[in-house]
Amino acid sequence: MSENPSTWVISPSPHAHSGDSVQRIMLTVILALMPALAASVLFFGLDSLRLTATCVVTCILAEAAVRRLMKRDSGIADLSAVVTGLLLAFNLPPTLPTWMAVVGSLFAIVIAKQLYGGIGYNLFNPALVGRCVLLVSFPVAMTTWATPHYFTGPMDAVTMATPLGAWKTAWASGQAPAGFFDLFTTTSLLLGNRPGCLGETSVIALVLGGVILLWRRCITWHIPLAYFGTVAVMAFGFHKLDPVHNLPPVYHLLSGGLFLGAIFMATDMVTTPVTRSGMFIFGAGCGLITMLIRKWGGYPEGVSFAILIMNSLTPLINRFTRPRVFGHVRKETPA
Amino acid sequence: MKTLRALFTPRGGIHPRYFKEPSAGLAIETLPLPKLFLVSLSQHLGAPSRPLVKKGDLVLRGQPIAEPAGYVSAWVHAPTSGVVKSVDSRLTANGQLAGVVTIEADGLDKAVESDPVNGDWTTRPVRELVDEVLKAGIVGMGGAGFPTQVKLLPPPGKTIQTLIVNGAECEPYLTADHRLMLEQADRIWQGVLILKRILGAGQVRVVIEDNKPDAVAAMEQAMKGTDGDVELVIVKTKYPQGAEKQLIYSVTRREVPSGGLPMDVGALVENVGTAAAIQAAIVDRRPLTERVVSVSGDALRTPRNVLARIGTPFSDLIAFCGGLTEATAKILNGGPMMGIAQSSITVGINKTTSGLLALSQARVPLFTSMPCISCGRCVTACPSGLLPCTLSENMEAENLEAAEDLNILDCIECGACAFECPSHRPLVQHMRQGKTKVMQRRKQREAEAKKATPT
Repeated sequence: MSENPSTWVISPSPHAHSGDSVQRIMLTVILALMPALAASVLFFGLDSLRLTATCVVTCILAEAAVRRLMKRDSGIADLSAVVTGLLLAFNLPPTLPTWMAVVGSLFAIVIAKQLYGGIGYNLFNPALVGRCVLLVSFPVAMTTWATPHYFTGPMDAVTMATPLGAWKTAWASGQAPAGFFDLFTTTSLLLGNRPGCLGETSVIALVLGGVILLWRRCITWHIPLAYFGTVAVMAFGFHKLDPVHNLPPVYHLLSGGLFLGAIFMATDMVTTPVTRSGMFIFGAGCGLITMLIRKWGGYPEGVSFAILIMNSLTPLINRFTRPRVFGHVRKETPA
Repeated sequence: MKTLRALFTPRGGIHPRYFKEPSAGLAIETLPLPKLFLVSLSQHLGAPSRPLVKKGDLVLRGQPIAEPAGYVSAWVHAPTSGVVKSVDSRLTANGQLAGVVTIEADGLDKAVESDPVNGDWTTRPVRELVDEVLKAGIVGMGGAGFPTQVKLLPPPGKTIQTLIVNGAECEPYLTADHRLMLEQADRIWQGVLILKRILGAGQVRVVIEDNKPDAVAAMEQAMKGTDGDVELVIVKTKYPQGAEKQLIYSVTRREVPSGGLPMDVGALVENVGTAAAIQAAIVDRRPLTERVVSVSGDALRTPRNVLARIGTPFSDLIAFCGGLTEATAKILNGGPMMGIAQSSITVGINKTTSGLLALSQARVPLFTSMPCISCGRCVTACPSGLLPCTLSENMEAENLEAAEDLNILDCIECGACAFECPSHRPLVQHMRQGKTKVMQRRKQREAEAKKATPT
């Protein structure tokens, strides 16, 4: 670069850029996940770090290896593999064996991401694919929940059920879950002092991450708000109709994987719509499916499946939510 | 006359850093007469002008050196007196080869004798005024360079109710229009009144972005006491607020139909610089041979706003502004959003050269583009309501049908999408390619359809 014209850059307009990049977005997501990781270590100890490190390292290595095999540039510099690793780990129970976490990570990166073409081309959220493969492959290990440190319950067990799980199994055998509301207080749910996946429990930490993402424009409010709103409205309706068998809305909001899902997973750029109205529909769809699974499905929790199902509808949502083009009269729905 | 804030703002848009501070406060300075001028014959949209001079001819300032080569074309005048050194094809500031008349100045700057004034513009026949606009070689000075007389003669059945005067200047760095409004508001306003008379427009709207309150005050002063439906409209600062269709929307809430012209919604937009050029042509009887250029950028030692003759080499302007620094990485004709990168500074400024920017590597980083991550920022930014991300993928797949179906032809190439894209995708290049290919395909189809139906 100098006064010599032969060193000047000739490129088409625009010559200005916002300065943001995929790498920066991923870095921001990683930072935004740190409060939840800290909370997780606080409540579940070194198991959190063990699984998080396993998933992150496996994802990076798998990405590098597959890219090499496919003779493409190494894609690890964009940091998306780190995000996938973190999110997968956050969706695992703290006591899961290390090798299972490796299997889940490999599935997420190799099958769900790279075989679809790598970053930008995957249809489904890789971390959620990894989690769901583990859930159907190792159902026991994936539903064994460690009792968090500092948990003050009537029993002294090493493992216990998650709030949504406890509620569902009790009513499945026809009886009310004993002492449920004393065991799981709103405060413990907000702090994250309850059994669950290692990164999903601390609502406060996840919200803090969400604020960072909103501030850095890595997400918009549309998907999370539509998701929370739909869950709240449906939970309110169910609870109003039958307060004995249905949890109050605040429990549906705080006690499962909703905050992790709505803030970090349902907002994954690649697998969600590009239009604002599409994002709103996506979020609302996630909320609807989550509540249907929680109410009538076989699983106590439905966030992962809801997001994956909505991922599959993303191309369709994009198609039906195209903005009206300036100077055009809105056309009938596309053929 | 009243001042008000626009009630509407067009969809999309971006908020880049504006970098107007280095030159916004600097008064317009006149460039000392250069020795050599490189006058392009293709400074406007439409057919390149036909040269009227040849090597060795003596020319005087204001003497026509090229004539329009069609309905949509323009006159070109000698910027000073001197000798024609050559008439040949060269690289111009548009980034393309075009005819260039090279004039060696004799330093006398002797003007050609102008015709005597045939009375006051307020009473002269409109047709005569339009003719003088044509003869003065006036084109849209905001950037597009559309020959002005064409816009002043709407076809039968079309009338212009609203004359919109564009003082938005939404491109970063550029302050030429800003300074012109501050220093020559009366000239601009007289030009606007001439335009109003030519068009018979009932409404006049002068539009300025809210980041230029001093320009608002200056124009207000000039417009004070004018009767009729005249308003100064302050619009939100955002890019591309000054794009023609977006500006019309801000003022009238009317959308120019796709593929249509502003006159389809009864509007006509003229840049403040064009209005001043019309004033000079009609009142002072001077053809368009000079303009204000913002010479700015972080690789330039002393940014300035310079009044320079058309055809002034970039090198003279750069030297006048202290020269380039070691860090120079890009030279632009125009602003950073829609300007054209230069490979040489031995090109002359055009009638549309609102800015000459020298930028360092820090301002023009190099990127490798990545796959689209569907973040949707381009969709939010697009003022036309397009899906740049999808269109770009359509172009990579060479799916012209899908691109046409997604209205690629409505792209105004403002660059807001590419500015936002975190994957650094060449969205604007894809759009340009796509528009050209879709147009070709359309013409081909029409030709085939014609063949198929015997007449």
